Amino acid sequence: MTAFLLRRIALIAPTLFFVSVLIFGLQQLLPGDPALAMAGENADPTVIAFLRQKYHLDRPLPVRYALWVEGIAHGDFGESIRIKRPVRDLILEKLPVTAELAGLAMLVALVIGVPAGVFAAVKHDTAIDYGATMVALWGISMPNFWLGILLILLFSVTLGWLPASGFVPPDESLRQNLLTLVMPAFVLGNAIAAVMMRHTRSAMLQVLGADYIRTARAKGLSQTSVVLRHALRNALIPVVTLGALEFGALLSGAVLTEQVFTIPGFGKLIVDAVFNRDYAVVQGVVLCTAFAYIMLNLFADIAYVLINPRLRA
Amino acid sequence: MTAELLDPRGAARLIHEDIGERPWRRTLRLLARRRTALAGLGVVLFFVALAVLAPLVAPYSPLATNWLLVRKPPSALHWFGTDEIGRDVLSRVIWGTRASLSAGLVSVSLALAAGVPIGLVSGYLGGIVDGTLMRMVDAMLAIPFLILAIALAAFLGPSLANAMIAIGVSQTPIFARLTRGQVLTVKHEDYIEAARAVGNREYRIVLRHILPNIVPPLLVQATLAAATAIIAEAALSFLGLGEQPPDPSWGSMLNTAKNFISQAPWMALWPGLAIFMLVLSLNLFGDGLRDALDPRRS
Repeated sequence: MTAFLLRRIALIAPTLFFVSVLIFGLQQLLPGDPALAMAGENADPTVIAFLRQKYHLDRPLPVRYALWVEGIAHGDFGESIRIKRPVRDLILEKLPVTAELAGLAMLVALVIGVPAGVFAAVKHDTAIDYGATMVALWGISMPNFWLGILLILLFSVTLGWLPASGFVPPDESLRQNLLTLVMPAFVLGNAIAAVMMRHTRSAMLQVLGADYIRTARAKGLSQTSVVLRHALRNALIPVVTLGALEFGALLSGAVLTEQVFTIPGFGKLIVDAVFNRDYAVVQGVVLCTAFAYIMLNLFADIAYVLINPRLRA
Repeated sequence: MTAELLDPRGAARLIHEDIGERPWRRTLRLLARRRTALAGLGVVLFFVALAVLAPLVAPYSPLATNWLLVRKPPSALHWFGTDEIGRDVLSRVIWGTRASLSAGLVSVSLALAAGVPIGLVSGYLGGIVDGTLMRMVDAMLAIPFLILAIALAAFLGPSLANAMIAIGVSQTPIFARLTRGQVLTVKHEDYIEAARAVGNREYRIVLRHILPNIVPPLLVQATLAAATAIIAEAALSFLGLGEQPPDPSWGSMLNTAKNFISQAPWMALWPGLAIFMLVLSLNLFGDGLRDALDPRRS
């Protein structure tokens, strides 16, 4: 196991290197002079000259890359050219909002996806199974920004039960905070619930056909005990890895969900930055996302080995 | 029998009889049994027909405005209602099919064109080439799909063409990984060893012997990736990074519709339903195709 972990950790360095090259390289896609693109067409020439010097655009590419990486290693992601604040501060400010939304969405996904998957597997090849599979397909095919709009129409415009947009921090009012996040969390969790349902169902079907389940049944254990204590515990092992892999989908979805419900999180930060041509913010957000994804996958791999007795030896 | 074996065509026929049904015929037969997959294919073909025949079937121009018909609910004249500047929603939904289908087709073609060669080289050569290429692929996979597409679209500039490039680039690592995995599975098969033993060059082995044998999983992935690309194009257009107004796209129509949700809910209903139907149909067809191509199923 130690050799596996060491090999797994060693793979992170080259991946991070290529991630940094890719994100730094994005700037090279800007047509024409990057300083002009950052400052805007009608900018003052002194501003353009200042930006060129500030971002070392007058230096060779490898030097610029090295300086950029050096800055990041010291926690310097650059400065937002529109808000005039360090990108790091902006990210740290928005991160808790998206983290709360993502956490609630994952909760929604687990609460819906895992029981639905278990139920579909236990009732394999029945109307319940087909129904659950169709609902999962519906969840995967539903554009979450459209689902968000439909929910606003139903619960905010027609029934007036929930606020249509905005965000209230939990320390201000926990009730209002949860009310503003109910719909976004459901919208974001819905697609992941569908993926989880499919995986749980497939893992449960495999486990339910195993010899030890037949033995458990032969011992006279109740159906509930066999399903929950013997089958589900083993079937959930691959779902742990899936949780980490779905983190990417969660962040992608958060960009759209935050846009629909006007939530001032990570996703809204990147979209606003795109329209403000605030490229340092775009790069900072993408870099943080990639880093978080790589680390989460590492933790998921470690957790997978730790909770799977066959791999622990 | 001996005479037949001496004749190459006769030998081929005997071999064919021996292995039974041709793979593509078997796939079609299994696919025809799956009613949900056929229904999915039917809906996809319906959308393709809409896109091709848009100038003939759309009742109005998708760009024609009418200030007397601003935000009118569905009626006999405008089946899907009108939008905030009096354009016919049905006509815009029909013309918007072109943007969505083009995104599905072009993005997936780009991803296939870039991802398959990377996967072939990586899987076949192995060693340091494989290690380097796969770390690059890992780097791309580490950035969530839509965030990478948004970042690329941001730096390339907002347009439908750039959105398609961004989606294609973001999907490339998925095809590279899948291709590599498939190459690793087949490259030690006896028929590959035989092709090598009779003196085939490396590129010929890869292109003539390995590639045709890994097409089925790529085909399934391409179908499912097209569904993802259609949602991604709608998402980018919804964010303002895809098709630019006034040209119709389902995503940009939803972006406008969200500002008029209480006054004109029909503006949000039809483009969203169109995205959902097309994506659901592609997913149904992709799932059916995967089952039909699965050799474990009789």
